[in-house]
Amino acid sequence: MRNIPRTVGALLATLSLTFGVSSLGVAQVAVKAKMLYTMAGSPLQNAVVVIRDGKIAAVGEAGKVEIPAGFTVLEAEVVTPGLVDARATVGLTGIYNNEGHDQDQLEASTPIQPELRALDAYNPQEKLVAYVRGFGVTTINTGHAPGKLIPGQTVIVKTTGNTVEQALVQETGVVVADLSTGGLERGKSPGTRAKMMSLLRQQLIKTQEALSKESKDQPRDLKQEMFARVLKKELPLLITVHLAQDIANALRLQKEFGFRLILDGAAEAPLLLEEIKAAGVSVVLHPSMQRAYGDARSLSFETAAKLKQAGIPFAIQTGFEGYVPKVRVLLFEAAIAAANGLSREDALSAITRDPARILGIEKRVGSIEVGKDGDLALFDGDPFEYTTHCIGTIIEGKIVSSQKN
Amino acid sequence: MKTVLLTLLSLLLTPVSIPRPALPQQDKAPIQAFVGATILPASGTPIAQGVLLVQGGKILAIGDKSLPIPSGAVVTDLNGKTVIPGLVDTHSHIAGPGGADSSSPIQPDVRVYDSLNMRESAVKKALAGGVTTANIMPGSGHLLSGQTVYVKLRGGRTVEDYFIRDSDGKPTGGLKMANGTNPIGSPPFPGTRGKSTALVREQFIKALEYQKKIKDAGSDSKKLPPRDLGMEALLEVLEGKRIVQHHTHRADDIITVLRLHKEFGFKVVLHHVSEGWKVAEEIAKAKVPCSIILIDAPGGKLEAVDLSFQTGAVLEKAGVVVAYHTDDGITDSRLFLRSAALGIRAGMSREGALQSLTLSGAKMLGLEKQVGTLEPGKDADFVVLSGDPFSVYTKVLQTWIEGKKVFDRTDPKDLLYAVGGVGAGEEIRPYLCCVDEMEAKR
Repeated sequence: MRNIPRTVGALLATLSLTFGVSSLGVAQVAVKAKMLYTMAGSPLQNAVVVIRDGKIAAVGEAGKVEIPAGFTVLEAEVVTPGLVDARATVGLTGIYNNEGHDQDQLEASTPIQPELRALDAYNPQEKLVAYVRGFGVTTINTGHAPGKLIPGQTVIVKTTGNTVEQALVQETGVVVADLSTGGLERGKSPGTRAKMMSLLRQQLIKTQEALSKESKDQPRDLKQEMFARVLKKELPLLITVHLAQDIANALRLQKEFGFRLILDGAAEAPLLLEEIKAAGVSVVLHPSMQRAYGDARSLSFETAAKLKQAGIPFAIQTGFEGYVPKVRVLLFEAAIAAANGLSREDALSAITRDPARILGIEKRVGSIEVGKDGDLALFDGDPFEYTTHCIGTIIEGKIVSSQKN
Repeated sequence: MKTVLLTLLSLLLTPVSIPRPALPQQDKAPIQAFVGATILPASGTPIAQGVLLVQGGKILAIGDKSLPIPSGAVVTDLNGKTVIPGLVDTHSHIAGPGGADSSSPIQPDVRVYDSLNMRESAVKKALAGGVTTANIMPGSGHLLSGQTVYVKLRGGRTVEDYFIRDSDGKPTGGLKMANGTNPIGSPPFPGTRGKSTALVREQFIKALEYQKKIKDAGSDSKKLPPRDLGMEALLEVLEGKRIVQHHTHRADDIITVLRLHKEFGFKVVLHHVSEGWKVAEEIAKAKVPCSIILIDAPGGKLEAVDLSFQTGAVLEKAGVVVAYHTDDGITDSRLFLRSAALGIRAGMSREGALQSLTLSGAKMLGLEKQVGTLEPGKDADFVVLSGDPFSVYTKVLQTWIEGKKVFDRTDPKDLLYAVGGVGAGEEIRPYLCCVDEMEAKR
């Protein structure tokens, strides 16, 4: 069953080769940019990107790259890679905010459910998916929200497609955990931080033992399979933690079991920069404009800049909102970081190349290089300026938004 | 000579309503001169290399570099900076307001200022965003959730120190009302829009009767009706002394407010107005101003699904007086300038955008003679910016209220609130108007 998406993908690729582009709506497209941020080297002035059959076929200065005849040509002041949201819930959460209708981000029955696939809950036709696409977002790691010890998985998708299979980049992005106050159960277990750690350690130890036995006759256990993939470092464990003490808990757990840890939120990361750096883990930072209360009360507009300065790999996320805005605009969150100590290129990197690397999808997305997906965002000025517009979004060569947003 | 004339002029224009220890010889108060900045007064064209003279908390004069600086003036060099009027936030929930409780959908008797903790960090953050005047409101979970309060964030020991008082020395404020889905609930709350409106009409008709009884009593105090705190507040509304600040999202709900406004003749400001762009002509025709919210994405509830960045521009073009508001903690007061900047992104004029944060808001609170522009005689409330008010890269450097500096980005204590960090936030959730009340009603 798991192979179906890949088969569909392969089929689509075959179709496009067999029947040409028009039948699938994939344009052969070239984009001229006054300033091109490839995120694979210095920005280029007066540059051209050529996208053929959904992949980037050529990149370079206007004089050196030829635009093939018959290609649709777009122009923009500034062009960046399609934006990559390192952690969202959009598509599981929707615009109406009605439980049971479009709020599938958290299943409350039990604290530990790594088997819940975001794949089965993502609605590619959600209005807010189209909304973020209009602001240059092309790839999202979206899925279960914090609020339980192990709420489930995320899925990595492109922000287009009628079915999740058409949108799919990776069936599981990360396994999500919450070691913050959000992971605690009211009047039930786990009711303390120590208990959360104990439950999680016990699960991981049980999985370690099962792995060491290598028995072929074991009945399948969906929970255990996911923990096994985490322990085998096939998938990262993304742990929501804001308080310094909770960040330390996540690092302690990582040290014991050696999995790929991504710290999620991390409002108090500035208090533990040395420890985070030494552990060699990445941070998917809270949205810059997240409300500063509860565990995240100490968050700062300047944390992104501090992480950069410390040499800690990080990305900026849109996260989860219970109320409004029902989805955050990735570009706007990075803009606030860019206005508070992070350079423009580093801020762009935090929503393109860096999340792609952290998620392990950098071979496909995150920068404008030959062979990568033809995903671009087009702007009529500095992407971060309040009064600049996103004027176009391209996903795998297809113009998916041409509104001035 | 010019200065003397301006001084006289400003004294003539100065409302003599501030009930604090009056400065006996105001003309002897030291003059402050702020020089060198690009001044955007919100009442006229920008002034390059501007001069702003302040005395006794009031603006004495404003002009270009030809305006003479009186000898002995305390000069502040603002070369390279931009100065705009202090921002007026027409809809804020800073300081933890709690107005009406769950006992009834209609509670005009409660005063929000009896609930405020002015020491909350959100108040400091508002200053870091350049907010000088705010209308602090109870929430929208009631048809009528109480009396709002207009404050200057000038600092102080108790909420009284923050009041903007009228000529009788009484604190000023509006009356918060709401329609649409937020006030709907189980009894005694209304279950439908029809019921919501009937309950409100009933209340205003009672107030008209109360008004008549008082009129009929004339000078005979024995004939006066017993005092009723709720009726007294509604009476002020009927007499135009208290402006209705009305939460409303959907186009038909907006029209319902206009219908009530016509029936009872009260002054009203429409708040949020998510679907205002659908009925801009009707709003313009009714000459009712709109205080709008800009949220980064539409939705969150059914009646806000059609929320648009373009509402400001559409209403401006229709000739409606438009202000933005923070609805803090829905949006962050530190980023108040951003709301209008995104309005420009969606087609609003720059001048309109500046007024939407200053003069237009002042008009909606009935305070336009006192605040909202940089004109002689008005309060010396202004914000010093590092550049273009509508650029993401611009920082609020200083905030001044009545001639006193109340925020300074170079002061580490103030900077903490401007950027955040340990000590800048609250453990408890900030007041989110609708969420809290919806939960309380469940």
